[in-house]
Amino acid sequence: MKGTAARMGVMKRVSLVFKAKANKALDKMEDPRETLDYSYQRQLELLTKVRRGVADVATSRKRVELQMNQLQQQSNKLQDQARKALSMGREDLAREALGRRSSAQTQLDELQTQYAQLQGEEEKLTLASQRLQSKVDAFRTRKETIKATYTAAEAQTRINEAFSGISEEMGDVGMAIQRAEDKTAQMQARAGAIDELMASGALDDAVGGRRDDIQSELDMMSASSDVERELAMLKGEITAAAPKQLEGGAQNGAGQGTQANQGYQAPQQSQQEQGPYAPPAPPQYAPPQQAQQPQQNQQDQQPQQTQPAGLPVSDQPGLQDEPQDGDRS
Amino acid sequence: MIVRILGEGQFRVDEAATAELNQLDAALETAVEQGDEAAFTGALTNLLAQVRAHGSPLPPDILESSELILPHEDSSMDEVRKLLTDEGLIPG
Repeated sequence: MKGTAARMGVMKRVSLVFKAKANKALDKMEDPRETLDYSYQRQLELLTKVRRGVADVATSRKRVELQMNQLQQQSNKLQDQARKALSMGREDLAREALGRRSSAQTQLDELQTQYAQLQGEEEKLTLASQRLQSKVDAFRTRKETIKATYTAAEAQTRINEAFSGISEEMGDVGMAIQRAEDKTAQMQARAGAIDELMASGALDDAVGGRRDDIQSELDMMSASSDVERELAMLKGEITAAAPKQLEGGAQNGAGQGTQANQGYQAPQQSQQEQGPYAPPAPPQYAPPQQAQQPQQNQQDQQPQQTQPAGLPVSDQPGLQDEPQDGDRS
Repeated sequence: MIVRILGEGQFRVDEAATAELNQLDAALETAVEQGDEAAFTGALTNLLAQVRAHGSPLPPDILESSELILPHEDSSMDEVRKLLTDEGLIPG
């Protein structure tokens, strides 16, 4: 038995199984022409079923599409958070965000694979539905011809042909529906599991509806760094005014102090450009644009000043200068 | 000769291709009997490829039963085994 089967081959054996099925159904019918009507009813039912199958797969596919979009958004958001955290020097937070992004991405990859499968099933089932429709139309035509032309006895052979032809198609489509249903069920289970994950907070917490922890920490950090920046700016404005005279006066006396403060702007001439802060400096040296012209006069007048001012010029202004610039930027 | 690939439709295949198809079919059957999954997948893929290469799709409004029927392309070995017994896979 097994030997015979082996020689027959898979293709033949499968086709015999289909034929046996069709014959069994035919044998149940007393009047062969009754078979035609009964079979046609079943074909219409199957058509409805396969169309419903296509719609089910499409619905399932759309649900997966939505989930994929959600996951993609979450993944993008986590990436942004990681970047922001890193720019604020919070590598720990960036690491956490990237970790969550990676698990969202894993879910996404799996969904994508199954999504492609669903798309394939939808396509196949759509084509199967179209093929079945054509066969059912052909069957109806042939059914009318047989009924009109032949007696019950004569019709038998032709009915058998039509019936086995359509029943093979119906068997094929029936299996295709079954496969699509299985795939859809798997997909639904998967989608359901992801929904549950999101509802439980494992994914949702990372990114979803309620304010997530990474985001709130980033917000806090950026709020407090705004405060710090403004504070620093205010401090800068204050130190830019009053303290310069005090520092200058303390080191070099009233006259030299002004030169020391200004030295970093234009090491040589600045000492005389000090107008506003340097009471002893003559008014004619004050305008910055004219600084070049009075040069000779200034140098004549202040030979002693430049030398003692030399050291403070490089040291003292540096201390004031750096924090101010840093704060403004 | 009309050959059906399940899930794909019917093809009219030239009789000249029969010998080659039978050879591939024998390999498929051996793989199923021996439970050799890799050989099964390879044999099925080859067989389907040959049918597609040698056959032309039958217009869908032609109502004829097929002489040979092949499993669909993603079939597992288990599905093919069930297909060979008449319980199981074929509905109705």
